[in-house]
Amino acid sequence: MNLSSSYASPKPAGGLELWSWVFMRISGLLLLGLALGHLVLMHLIHNVDEISYAFVATRYAGWFWRTYDLLMLILAMLHGMNGARILIDDYVHPVRWRRLALGVLYVGCGGLLALGAGVALFFQPVSH
Amino acid sequence: MQLDIQIKRFNPEQDREPQWREYTVTLEPTDRVLDALHAVKWHHDGSLAFRRSCAHGICGSDGMMINGRNRLACKVLIKDLRQPIMVEPMRGFPVVKDLIVDMAGFFDKYRSVRPYLISDEAPPRTERLQSPAERERYEDTTKCILCGACTTSCPSFWANSAYVGPAAIVQAHRFIFDSRDQGRAERSAILNQASGVWRCRTIFNCTDACPRGINVTKAIGEVKKLLVKAATRPPHPPPTRD
Repeated sequence: MNLSSSYASPKPAGGLELWSWVFMRISGLLLLGLALGHLVLMHLIHNVDEISYAFVATRYAGWFWRTYDLLMLILAMLHGMNGARILIDDYVHPVRWRRLALGVLYVGCGGLLALGAGVALFFQPVSH
Repeated sequence: MQLDIQIKRFNPEQDREPQWREYTVTLEPTDRVLDALHAVKWHHDGSLAFRRSCAHGICGSDGMMINGRNRLACKVLIKDLRQPIMVEPMRGFPVVKDLIVDMAGFFDKYRSVRPYLISDEAPPRTERLQSPAERERYEDTTKCILCGACTTSCPSFWANSAYVGPAAIVQAHRFIFDSRDQGRAERSAILNQASGVWRCRTIFNCTDACPRGINVTKAIGEVKKLLVKAATRPPHPPPTRD
């Protein structure tokens, strides 16, 4: 067997687990900044009592906060979902239970993601 | 001094479940846990089974869980432990008898990462030379004695025994980062599988457990980074040697 030939064309070219690991690190760092920004804005600069429908409507008048919230939502949901997928992969061994758990996870996360994204993308203020 | 030691005993021919038994032995505070096990076996119960060989922290035979942590019985002094000392087999391996575990799967995984120099170059007339810096690159992982303390302290391994485990990754690291070795792609392909390095959750139990002080989690992280680099860079030809 010529081992040099295997060296010349490295096999590891990605894979779900590799990219999942990369995503968790990048999304974790981004979420740290985004969540801290959210915390400062919603709990330090503004009091929770001030947050009302009108506050949200004003905030969502432009695209900056919509994009900010949408990015945070997507990253947080995918980061959390992937973490839960890893836990299920580690601890739920019977194939049927694993499939069921993953199914519930994907449907639940997908539903929440779609709901949140719908609000961030299509929110229209209603005048009272 | 009088020492109380509790040992998790299991005789597959008699017991359905492991059970704790307590012994009181007379030892010096500067004696080791291995001496306590010897005292039990030689003076109280000759049926106690445990592995040991060099008794000086080199062979890695007497890895076991002592007061909740994986240690080598020959490297832990009595005076450094809280009494009663609790001794049980390493977790995650099938127990053969008492403190003896079946390490066949462990060594299968060790062999799976090709833990030997791979090179299709003609053997030189003298040694395969490398610089001190090249040697230093994998110095830490040469210290592994294959005791199994890291792998059996890893929750990912407890949860899924298909995981190749920290010890096998350490062994792979030792050759992957050796400038004389040409088997990086083969080992990378093995470690890039779902049961490879990606099952490491960076919990650091392995680093804490290693009786040789190897930075196991760091070594696993270096292999992960190498795999990411390989996946994001185009294939390159093998290095040439002058």
